[in-house]
Amino acid sequence: MPAVLNQRIRDILDASRERGWVLEPEAKRLFARAGLKVPRSRWTREPAQAVSFAQRIGYPVVAKVVSPRVLHKSEAGGVALGIDGDEALRAAFERLSRIEGFAGVLVEEAVAGLELIVGAKVDYQFGPVILLGLGGTGVEIYRDTSLRMAPLKQRDVEAMVQGLKAHQLLEGYRGSEPVNLPELTGLLVRFSRLVMALEGLVESIDLNPVMCTPQRCLIADARIMLRAAGSEAPAEPAG
Amino acid sequence: MNFRAFFEPKTVAIVGVSLSNDRHPANVIYYKNHLRYPLKVFPVNPKGGIIQGERVFTRVSEIPDKVDLTVIAARAEHVIEIMTDCARAGVGAAAVISGGFAESGRRDLEERLVAVAREAELPFIGPNCLGIFSPARVDTFFLPSERMVRPEPGNVALISQSGGILVDQMIKFAGEGVGISKAASIGNKALIKETDLLNFLAKDRGTKVIAFYVEGFGRNEGREFVLAAEKCPKPVIVLKAGKSPAGSRAVSSHTASLAGDHEVFSAVLAQHGVVEAENEAELLSFSQSLSCYRKSIQGRVGIITGSGGHGAMAVDACAARGLSVPALSEADQAEIRAELSISAQPIAALGNPLDLTGSGLDDDFVAAASHLSRTPAFDCLLLLLLPYIPGITADLGARLSQVYSREGKPLVAYIPHVEKYRMLIEGFQLNGVPVSHSIEGAVLMAEALRRCRPC
Repeated sequence: MPAVLNQRIRDILDASRERGWVLEPEAKRLFARAGLKVPRSRWTREPAQAVSFAQRIGYPVVAKVVSPRVLHKSEAGGVALGIDGDEALRAAFERLSRIEGFAGVLVEEAVAGLELIVGAKVDYQFGPVILLGLGGTGVEIYRDTSLRMAPLKQRDVEAMVQGLKAHQLLEGYRGSEPVNLPELTGLLVRFSRLVMALEGLVESIDLNPVMCTPQRCLIADARIMLRAAGSEAPAEPAG
Repeated sequence: MNFRAFFEPKTVAIVGVSLSNDRHPANVIYYKNHLRYPLKVFPVNPKGGIIQGERVFTRVSEIPDKVDLTVIAARAEHVIEIMTDCARAGVGAAAVISGGFAESGRRDLEERLVAVAREAELPFIGPNCLGIFSPARVDTFFLPSERMVRPEPGNVALISQSGGILVDQMIKFAGEGVGISKAASIGNKALIKETDLLNFLAKDRGTKVIAFYVEGFGRNEGREFVLAAEKCPKPVIVLKAGKSPAGSRAVSSHTASLAGDHEVFSAVLAQHGVVEAENEAELLSFSQSLSCYRKSIQGRVGIITGSGGHGAMAVDACAARGLSVPALSEADQAEIRAELSISAQPIAALGNPLDLTGSGLDDDFVAAASHLSRTPAFDCLLLLLLPYIPGITADLGARLSQVYSREGKPLVAYIPHVEKYRMLIEGFQLNGVPVSHSIEGAVLMAEALRRCRPC
């Protein structure tokens, strides 16, 4: 087994196999284990713990529902952004706890930056491929993405950035600061190696958004879709 | 596995030859190879007998000579037995023309066939294919010779999953004067796949360009193919069919939705320096251009024309393809004008496109092409030659080709392809300068050089 795929990572995936996808806090734990950067966060069912964590890291924070029934959190009203104090956090907690399948709230430091999507898919013909694009909820509207076969080399990442229509946004556009390209490159290269190791286990992964600033790139949300239990191969394309 | 036996056999057995039906595919294959190729050909049918005075062998292992290539055109249910016999006889390679395998639900039959061949290390192409066309050496297509259009021997290898597409491409290659080194239709590609042929052709001395028509790769087969193509020292061109989105499988991640089969295919090919052709016209133009030039260019095109309209259309086509048409400096324009004939000198427009007008002479085209070949602002010249202009002669093709051999800057030409202009066209083609019958095609030939990684 490749060194990158340690037992803890395997355990996380095995525990999620029946559900078919990995809960956000678990996915982030997995990526952190693999050396990728995620925001500070706390997964809890207790409002008091949520508040004490928020006080410790400082407001504003983000609160997100954790539920095995909710794959798309925004669509289910499962995300509260820009929470600026204890009261607002308690209110958000109360609201999120009514969502179907509630399994706690993920309280997280609020991170700003350019929203990118970094994704992976195990393609039937080509194996693991990596996607980079303009992220956020509008990702399927803009469809501004670059694709490459994994594993990626540094020059692949450069070409991927250049291949985006919005590449100027990453390089600093009209006075805005550029994102940290070495950080982004490191994230993509490391992520692509992880995906190579996970080839037999996952179907696709969304890191969306990845928040990029001149200083750092943080995985603000993550979704791992697992390969259906018992299926050895990626689905053969229809038609 | 030795693939030479496919393309350069000396002895060929044709299994399935019919004694009662002379239009049987095996009979067509037998006759054309027996009569028109420098081969020893042996007809095979379990019933034996005599065909056109020649002995029909009952099985391949009965043939006294060592058989290089066996062509199997018998019914699917007999093919495994025939292959087993070929293995016993030490046959070098086989082409299984017969259908009735995975494509019609008999995957089991196909798997058993592969197992027999693997065990015997006997490479076979197919099943469900036309097989091999190797100019002046062998032709396993079951198409009567008089119905086929055969391209000249040349240096483009054509590999196609579909036999029909391959035959069509050969017609188009012949029409455009593009020669082929080897061609194969691989059908169900049960054993030998695109990557195997790519690896063979990469080392084949007669092949300079390798072009594929692909319907789809098996699991992870695409990965093997692009990694092999990246290592291949020759340009690799791929035309992929089936680009429309496959069904509406439920997709639960953004990445799975955004990275559709075709998006992945195109991106991964480009990543590995494979030139993807969008359609048959591109496949043809790219093959033609890359069979002449090994140069990778940035795509700064100098256009020389005898008509302003042709120049304008070429500029649009260049822009649509990401090629630039840089302006020519005043100083360069003045130098070229000084060299022009009295008839063209006062009226030629030399900004790029360089319009030498309907009064242009051969010498004017040669002078303009020579000058642009030495101007670093351009890395490729597009010549729009209108043979009906009175000052142009049939010698111009050969003369402009000499400009290329002297200066080394790639030239691509447009000439309307009709019989009466053939001498002009051949003046280019026989000297290694590609000619298209359309402006768009000529621009595609320049684009191929831009998209091809340095080889």
